[in-house]
Amino acid sequence: MNAAAGNLRTKRPRGLWTGRLFYGFLVLSLLIGFLTLGALLAQVFLEGYKWVDLVLFLEAPSADPRIAGAEPAILATIYIGILLLAFTVPLGVGTAIYLEEYANRDRWYNRMLEVNIQNLAAVPSIVYGILGLAFLVRGLGLGRVLLAGAMILTLLVLPTVIIAAREAIRAVPDSIRQAAYALGATKWQVVWRQVLPGALPGIATGSILALSRGLGETAPLLLVGALTYVSFNPTLLGDFTALPVQIYQWIARPQEEFRTLAASAIIVLLAILLTLNAFAIWLRNRYERRW
Amino acid sequence: MATPPAAAQQPLRLRATRRRWGEDVVKVVLALCAFVSVATTVGIVVALFQPAIEFFRAISIVDFLTGTDWSPLFVPASFGVLPLIAGTLLVTGCAILVCVPFGLGAAIYLSEYAQPRTRKTLKPLLEILAGVPTVVYGYFALTFVTPRLQDLGLPVGVFSALSAGLVMGVMLLPTVASISEDSMSAVPQDLRDGAYALGSTRLNVSTLIVVPAAISGIIASFVLAISRAVGETMIVLIAAGGQPNFTWNPQEAVQTMTAFIAATGQGDVPTGTIEYKTIFAVGATLFVMTFVMNLFAIRLVRRFREVYE
Repeated sequence: MNAAAGNLRTKRPRGLWTGRLFYGFLVLSLLIGFLTLGALLAQVFLEGYKWVDLVLFLEAPSADPRIAGAEPAILATIYIGILLLAFTVPLGVGTAIYLEEYANRDRWYNRMLEVNIQNLAAVPSIVYGILGLAFLVRGLGLGRVLLAGAMILTLLVLPTVIIAAREAIRAVPDSIRQAAYALGATKWQVVWRQVLPGALPGIATGSILALSRGLGETAPLLLVGALTYVSFNPTLLGDFTALPVQIYQWIARPQEEFRTLAASAIIVLLAILLTLNAFAIWLRNRYERRW
Repeated sequence: MATPPAAAQQPLRLRATRRRWGEDVVKVVLALCAFVSVATTVGIVVALFQPAIEFFRAISIVDFLTGTDWSPLFVPASFGVLPLIAGTLLVTGCAILVCVPFGLGAAIYLSEYAQPRTRKTLKPLLEILAGVPTVVYGYFALTFVTPRLQDLGLPVGVFSALSAGLVMGVMLLPTVASISEDSMSAVPQDLRDGAYALGSTRLNVSTLIVVPAAISGIIASFVLAISRAVGETMIVLIAAGGQPNFTWNPQEAVQTMTAFIAATGQGDVPTGTIEYKTIFAVGATLFVMTFVMNLFAIRLVRRFREVYE
């Protein structure tokens, strides 16, 4: 008995070194992500910071990299952002309310709708570009205009907004709905005055994250024709080029100066997107409610 | 004793006495919002498959799927999609080499080793990687990763599947990490406690208890990551090259399906020509591949949720 206990204590734990090795691998896994992020940011800033100046914000693209700017692209990205919010938030929240509050889960078409939305969230973005090319640009004859780009990005980020809004609505406890019904509220009064205000922080966070994702998309915009030389400020129904597309255009040029220009435009794009993301996370932490 | 009034004898009616049309209108409007998603799916299917079917009337589907020469813009044109599929799989393979082991490693660390506070700060930081636009990753692959690979003595050119794939792997790392971590966190604590009580180390518990119990979610995260790698466009368009190349050597330049679609679709290809329809034929192939993987992943994610919730 004593011998066995002593034996247990003195015996070196087996697999000590495998455990340490494994722990090292886990830390390395995380480090790979963070080191890449660090290298990426360093590369972009060291290359591009010199050219983040008024020329970049106030000039049109040009064949001469020293006087080329991205004003039309930056403005178009801002316009697209506004349109994107105006389209996706009502559509996404409306769909989420329908699925969470109105739809009968036992009906096959409502279950199909749910699977359909999950599927849409994972369709490659270039496929949305093909949809835009076939229906909006050529089919409807809308042409390669800013509105078509905004509409295609709307469809692209809509599933993200729906999924976020559904989670926010589901988190509102049922007791609040029951209490409102007991006081004589109609279904819509319950949704509009009780459920939606309770779900607002979650919906706002999801919408901003979706906006940030949409503004960084390039591939679908290439197909709806944002890859044009645009030297004037964008209009709703005119030719346009967005900031990510402008960056791609500059990267694709062989001259080294355009790479630098691309890096400085990336700084602007990352600043916009990371600010949006940080704002969304702040919003979530600040207004997150525990019921 | 007063007799109760006649009205109370009847059961209380809880129905509204008049129909509220406003409520009905609201329901219809909301259903219409939901219909937009259905219309999108129908639109995608019609937009892809109608021209694709016309394309397959002109070019035999067997030649398309088994041909090893893709040169739709040359005369005589050749429409064998295998070089594009090989390019896609090559880049995806490189991405898997990064995102599967290290994504899983990050997930195990976050779920089993990290303190709650560490996890709370590390997770959003990792999510930043997923928030960087793909065009920026393309720039990074071209201007940073490729020169470093050349410094290491690898014979890679300006464009290579390896460089694009490695960067894509890092981009997908948070996808694998976060879905895997979710499914590992759903494993009941009892299982871990039981294993510790039998003398297991943390390594044993992680690899022999938690990972097998969460395996369906972990596989789902792999499948979703692969599906996203297959559908990713900008990194390969910028860093992998623009020439179809039927090769399994990751150091060479390749063109993927997505890169072909983007390169051809951005130009002024006239509507109705066979070149225009190639976009849709390749797009349909891409859509079917990702669709099957996504459905599979969605099923798997559901299954692990059903077990532990």
